[in-house]
Amino acid sequence: MQATTVSTPAVRSIDQAAQWFHMLWPPVLMFVLGIALWESAVWLFEIPIYLLPAPSQIMATFLERPWFLLGIGMVTFSNALMGSAIGCSLGVLVAIFCVRWTFVADGLVPLAIAASAVPIIALSPLMGIWLGSVSAASKIGVIAVMTFFPTLVSVYAGLISPRADALLLMRSYAAPQRAVFLKLRMPAALPFLFNALRVCATLSMIGAVVAEFFGGPRNALGVYIKTQAGILRTREAWSAIMVACLYGLIFYLVIVLIERWVMPWKHRHSGQ
Amino acid sequence: MDTPIIEFERVSKIYQGGAGPVTALHDVTLRIAAGEFIALIGPSGCGKSTLMRLIGDLEQPSNGTVRIKAKTPDQARRDRDYGIVFQSPVLYDWRTIRKNVELPLEIMGRPKEQRHQRAMELLKLVGLGDFGEAYPHQLSGGMQQRASIARALSFAPSILLMDEPFGALDEITRERLQLELLSIWWEAEPRPTVIFVTHSIPEAVFLADRVVVMSPRPGRVQRVVEVNLARPRAFETREDPQFFALVTEVRECLRATETAG
Amino acid sequence: MLPVIGIVTALLLIWEGSKLLFGISDQRLPHLGDIVATMFTRTQGGNGPLLLVQMLINAWATLRIAMGGFFIGGLLGFGLALLFMRMPILERGLMPYVIGSQTVPILAIAPMVVVSLGRMGAEPWIAKIFVAAYLTFFPVTIGMLRGLRSASPQSLDLMRSYAASSLQTFWKLRLPASLPYLFASLKIAASASVIGAIVAELPSGSSEGIGVMILNAAQFYNSRPPALYLAILVAGLIGVVFYGLVALAERLIVKR
Repeated sequence: MQATTVSTPAVRSIDQAAQWFHMLWPPVLMFVLGIALWESAVWLFEIPIYLLPAPSQIMATFLERPWFLLGIGMVTFSNALMGSAIGCSLGVLVAIFCVRWTFVADGLVPLAIAASAVPIIALSPLMGIWLGSVSAASKIGVIAVMTFFPTLVSVYAGLISPRADALLLMRSYAAPQRAVFLKLRMPAALPFLFNALRVCATLSMIGAVVAEFFGGPRNALGVYIKTQAGILRTREAWSAIMVACLYGLIFYLVIVLIERWVMPWKHRHSGQ
Repeated sequence: MDTPIIEFERVSKIYQGGAGPVTALHDVTLRIAAGEFIALIGPSGCGKSTLMRLIGDLEQPSNGTVRIKAKTPDQARRDRDYGIVFQSPVLYDWRTIRKNVELPLEIMGRPKEQRHQRAMELLKLVGLGDFGEAYPHQLSGGMQQRASIARALSFAPSILLMDEPFGALDEITRERLQLELLSIWWEAEPRPTVIFVTHSIPEAVFLADRVVVMSPRPGRVQRVVEVNLARPRAFETREDPQFFALVTEVRECLRATETAG
Repeated sequence: MLPVIGIVTALLLIWEGSKLLFGISDQRLPHLGDIVATMFTRTQGGNGPLLLVQMLINAWATLRIAMGGFFIGGLLGFGLALLFMRMPILERGLMPYVIGSQTVPILAIAPMVVVSLGRMGAEPWIAKIFVAAYLTFFPVTIGMLRGLRSASPQSLDLMRSYAASSLQTFWKLRLPASLPYLFASLKIAASASVIGAIVAELPSGSSEGIGVMILNAAQFYNSRPPALYLAILVAGLIGVVFYGLVALAERLIVKR
């Protein structure tokens, strides 16, 4: 059905721009509409400020002290970054270990799947006791545990995803274990790894904020949100939430960008 | 030819693809009589599936008219004139085999008793009498395809559309099912008109009254080969010199489309 | 099953072994036996119920909230998926936010919701259910939409050839075809709703729930370390039990 045509780069870039526009206008429109609706609802129904401030008020509050908010956001974000770096690399390592020694996998992978049903965040106070409740280490610890399990499950699934005949082909080349790993298993696991990383990016920022609800340094986003919400300074709390969203989004987008750079073949087909 | 059940009058089908319009079918005129067994054959891209889908109102022609029993295909579809069998069985895996066969009857609002009885009757006919309560995944590919044929026959449609129904099966199963299909069709009362899309030359010749040879780019009817082998056909038909002669004729015809295109 | 038991046994051995080897104090890492023993101590200075019973009562309170939120959020997600299915333009506009909002710390809003709804005079459980529901509806929307679209073109052609009405196509094809996807997302949503319920219990003012138990046990950790371990264990149990219930429902409903 599909005929191949040759198109000049210029035509292609115009096509691409049209595609981008086609893809972008509905969400952009919805964003503008959503904000407008929120804003007008707050003024029209005279929603008390302690319940829900208007977007303009939140933005204004943010602009009063942008560097302070971005700064405490950075404290929390660096915990998220460190924690997921530790959790994800441990997850990858253990997954590799599991491929090599399958009996470990048989025991560990079901447990790791079960762990996804466990509210890991409940570990926070315990981590606080072990590593100091105000210290960054306890937050990093929670996030590391949080990101470890999904990474392990996903990367392990990726490493064992090559089918039997692909492995037999490698065997027919008399490829050594190391080559099988580098040339077959690793590339096969890449999409799985990035799926896990994207999940972890969101998970870790949420985890970092919520872990601070259990206690943390005064100049951290979670503690700030909790205390400001507690004394009903909702504008301050919402502007901090906005900052948390911002960092979460940046983390996620950076992972997506790296993914596109590492796996260009995937991006080309998914961009329809 | 007496009143045709299917009439194509200068029918064309053009798809608006991303890379410009593609003519899938060009100026096809064709008449098919009631009870005929028609095979459509040709290389990929010759529009044989499109032709079948136009009959079944799964697509609409860009030009020309398609008439089914002197009605529009849309009207014929609403009158439940079509039974369809695809290359894959398309059984619903959450239904037992029997419930799958009952599906069209359910949609047509037939009473439960009648549905049940009819389904069992058809499953016996296709040799699946003992598998009514099995789920599709418990059956082999050939058995699944039998079930899908039973489903298509369940409401006794006057036209049976088959899109490479045996294409995914091994040669041995395939030849057995061809014979079974012929005997089911021959004995059915009233006998349905069959449109059978295939890639296999012997299959087309063995089954059909007429083989419609199609050529690609743009898809059109190259020639119609009359198959005057005696019916009912049997295993021995495939060893008949006349069978070989017809196979050769269709093959030559297909080669001509290649050199022409 | 055997390898799982093996790994669990190994972990428990490492627990006790590292206490022995590195001399970790009971204050930091209590003996496994002490954690079991603490289940059967009486609360409220020896007059209350067993600690385990108290924990389970509070766990039930949390599970109730999680289930309520799960139910409401699930229905909402289901409805939203149907709406997106019927109106693709709405999907194209809203879907990026449904997905995007998964990348933002939804849970961060939890204390806000609890505090401001409480200020409005709403019962505390309403705010908790709200948070749990909020966390549930995202995975359900996405999973359900994917499920509703999972019917193959050929099976849709088949329905068309029977001249089936769109309602019939929905009941007999789209809905049953979507069930595996729906349950996959419901399992994710089950854990999410438990997390939502626990986090919603954290702001001061809550009186029951396993989140409160964890906070209390952490506050009085020095006088009784094993209680915190027990509370965390029970919290984990809630997640696993809810997940298991959904998985059980799946096995009963999804036939193949």
